[in-house]
Amino acid sequence: MVPSEAELRLRERLSRLRSLRLPGGVRVSREVERLEGQLERLSEEPPSDDQIWRQVELARHEERPYTLDYVERIFEDFIELHGDRTRADDPSVVVGLAHFRGRTVALIGNQKGRNLKERVHRNWGMAFPEGYRKAMRVMELADRHGFPLISLVDITGANPGLAAEQHGQGGAIARSQARMLRLEVPTVACIIGEGGSGGAIATAVADRVLMQEHAIYTVISPEGAAAILWRSEEEEEKRRAAAAFKPDARHCLALGVIDEIVPEPDGGAQNDYDEAARLLGTALSDALEVLEGVPGDVLRRRRRERYRSIGVVTTA
Amino acid sequence: MSARYEVSIEHKHEPESADGGKRHPNTCPRCGSHYRDDELAATLRVCPHCGYHFPLRATERILQLVDVGSFVEESAELRSDDPLEFFDLRPYKERLAEAEVATGLGEAIVIGQAAVGGTPCELSVLDFAFMGGSMGSVVGEKFTRACESAAERGIPVVSVTASGGARMQEGILSLMQLPKTVCAVEMLHDAGGALLSVMAHPTTAGVLASFASLGDVIVAEPGALTSFAGPRVVAQTTREKLPDDFGLAESNFRYGHLDAIVPRSELRHYVARFLRLFGNGAERG
Repeated sequence: MVPSEAELRLRERLSRLRSLRLPGGVRVSREVERLEGQLERLSEEPPSDDQIWRQVELARHEERPYTLDYVERIFEDFIELHGDRTRADDPSVVVGLAHFRGRTVALIGNQKGRNLKERVHRNWGMAFPEGYRKAMRVMELADRHGFPLISLVDITGANPGLAAEQHGQGGAIARSQARMLRLEVPTVACIIGEGGSGGAIATAVADRVLMQEHAIYTVISPEGAAAILWRSEEEEEKRRAAAAFKPDARHCLALGVIDEIVPEPDGGAQNDYDEAARLLGTALSDALEVLEGVPGDVLRRRRRERYRSIGVVTTA
Repeated sequence: MSARYEVSIEHKHEPESADGGKRHPNTCPRCGSHYRDDELAATLRVCPHCGYHFPLRATERILQLVDVGSFVEESAELRSDDPLEFFDLRPYKERLAEAEVATGLGEAIVIGQAAVGGTPCELSVLDFAFMGGSMGSVVGEKFTRACESAAERGIPVVSVTASGGARMQEGILSLMQLPKTVCAVEMLHDAGGALLSVMAHPTTAGVLASFASLGDVIVAEPGALTSFAGPRVVAQTTREKLPDDFGLAESNFRYGHLDAIVPRSELRHYVARFLRLFGNGAERG
């Protein structure tokens, strides 16, 4: 593990904030408080293999709140928008506009179903290219009107289907990321359940990337990894794969992939939707506050610098 | 004559090999014809009998494409680290060392300055022989440097891909190479630079879902698999009967995801033409 890099980044941001002598003192001191909280999390003992598997189970918990559960608790005046203006409306991606603590925001969220009928309707939350195109349409809308963008990510992975390929899944995921890197409005993404591979990254390229305490963020599902790397469908290999990938929030923070862990109610978000929504709402609002007022071209430049510098390389 | 045809039909769906061993690299997997090295070299490693495009190593690809003596490799010294201390059936470090010995390459990508048909460009080539051409931090970094170098010098980037996707052994950091390389193309475009994306077999998953799909012009070699998910995964998950050309360049061309399918024998001319059209368009940034 290389926690040092993430730690350095957090420390650098902290010292920059501390040296500021701005009229917005309250705002800055809250940010300082939050950064210190994240640093503290970094110093905690990393989770064991069993604990990591527990995160996988919680992230996929049947009762875990989904995007629309949060929308009704966090936002006001929500209007859902439909369709990619090209071909279809993909119900596995929810987009819309809403009021959020005094401002209008644009929202993108992956949506899973709660029972079999809903799951079929939402295609188990796995987006079609139409879903990414719908998301891109809302990104453009946000940019045009200066609305900050909030993206809630909860997708098992990209869609393994014939239609998804014929309709250009790979290109849609690539262009969605490109669109997010081009925006000149503040963008905040939060992984609220499963952040699975290309399906997740398509709508997770943001100025601030948050992750709920019991969410997972991974390049491939434990099942997929076990099948490919261990050539096995056994439960034990699945668990081993999950542990090897370190998909939990604590590791993602240490690797500098996310900026902040959003706490959940005791035992997981499924135990108390209202409290989970309150904690998420506060985190989203704090993240937006830090970004608002920063000129659009600066936001874009910083966002790109962030992704430009990600990765670990060495020399021969 | 007819007997000959029968032989080739018989071999059409030949399994890996009848005795379970590895097929000779010069035996065509599609029609079973066998060639000497010099025969295949003369046809750019395309089967003269059935048109099958044999996989190319990065060095072969570069030699086939660029003007003689024009290629200058960059960032060859970069190597992968093992940030997750990843261990599947074997440690990641061991796999890396083995791939380096087997391929003679430091990583799955080679970048550098080149000229094609007299026009300068920046070249980025993935090599499937190095861990399936998978994209980890080094592939992301080198592709990014290629774009930056091109933007700086006001010349286009020519990218040739052959990759199974993200380097799983680098976990979430390999997923982050998607936005990283997308970012590189965005910055190239802002500087007025152009990208020609050439998809060779296979260009799938994380590489398809990032820079390979963002070319100003996107072409593929005949028969190249260019789908996000592979046919086996899709068939297993959906239990759908898939068309024979599922995810292949020919199918993707029909659905409008590619500008052209360019046989290897014409690729050099195609690249040269692209460079002439875009070669001096990068000074406006």
